[in-house]
Amino acid sequence: MDKDAIDKILDKYQGQAGSLIRVMMEIQEEEHWLPREVLVKISEKLGVPFSRVLRIASYYKTFSLTPKGRHEIQICTGTACHIRGAQRVLDAVEELTGIKPGETDLDQKFSLETVNCQGCCTCGPLIKVDEQTHSRISPAEIADALKKYD
Amino acid sequence: MSEIILQIDGKDVAASEDMTILDAAKKAGISIPTLCYHEEIEAYGGCRLCTVEADVRGRTNIVAACLYPVQKNLVVRTRSEKIDRIRKMILELLLAHAPDAFDLQDLAKEYGANKDRFEKDSSFCIHCGLCVRYCAEVKKKNAITFVDKGKTREISFIPEISAKECWDCKECFPLCPTEALQAAFVLAKAFTFPSSFLESAPAK
Repeated sequence: MDKDAIDKILDKYQGQAGSLIRVMMEIQEEEHWLPREVLVKISEKLGVPFSRVLRIASYYKTFSLTPKGRHEIQICTGTACHIRGAQRVLDAVEELTGIKPGETDLDQKFSLETVNCQGCCTCGPLIKVDEQTHSRISPAEIADALKKYD
Repeated sequence: MSEIILQIDGKDVAASEDMTILDAAKKAGISIPTLCYHEEIEAYGGCRLCTVEADVRGRTNIVAACLYPVQKNLVVRTRSEKIDRIRKMILELLLAHAPDAFDLQDLAKEYGANKDRFEKDSSFCIHCGLCVRYCAEVKKKNAITFVDKGKTREISFIPEISAKECWDCKECFPLCPTEALQAAFVLAKAFTFPSSFLESAPAK
């Protein structure tokens, strides 16, 4: 855990209760999850009740209360991608990474999850790794696409 | 402050501007059933049991009495066939979560609600939020909150806070319309004080 980075974010927003979600998003991006002691720190620094921090952290899907991998693989299983073979893509990713949707691998390299329509159905089947999209991907191309992430 | 005259169940009722239908009805001695309402807390409109019919400008609206502000010439009906049907449905849905709650059973008898109509999903909590809001608004301790969302949403004591605050308070316990809170509190106790939890367990 990078304590300095977290402290820097917290110092930036000190006392600004209204920036709670902003702060949580930044820390989530930095750490890929929100450990409980960090949530306590957020509540102290921003002057927000800890229960509210916890409520918001457990409400939004963006926030994770368990460690996530450095790279997040999102596989679109919307109708169009489903018809274009999302299941086969998902199978191939599961095979390569050894994890199922909702899981994170042991060296915390990848987290996998299925998502609903991403709004670019002509690009299906679509997978998104972090913010980068890989469109019209075939199961055979996945090994290549995932190779460049470490 | 100007006074507003409205009609509730055929009775003329005087109310002030900042009142809701529920306040006005209470003042006039007309009872409207509620579950999530508490005088000291801001109205929530969560249980919808206080649903009434309100006629405004020739149109009948179904509104929550605890949130709807009084208006001039408002005509309110707190019991009608339609309202009874709505309340019965609400009760049946709530009873699927808390079939043994006394408050709900009494109301069910009155409105003819069948507690076995829907498949049981006994969470014991009907999400009225009384405990959560009481702790936040009256006690200002925020020791209990809702966590998660959708069908997995539940009340949860925060061990970090409740360990300090709850033992001498417990004022939220009697507020609960289903007595669910007790169980949740015991759960939090088990989490917070694992040693005392072990001590109270029977010796093997």
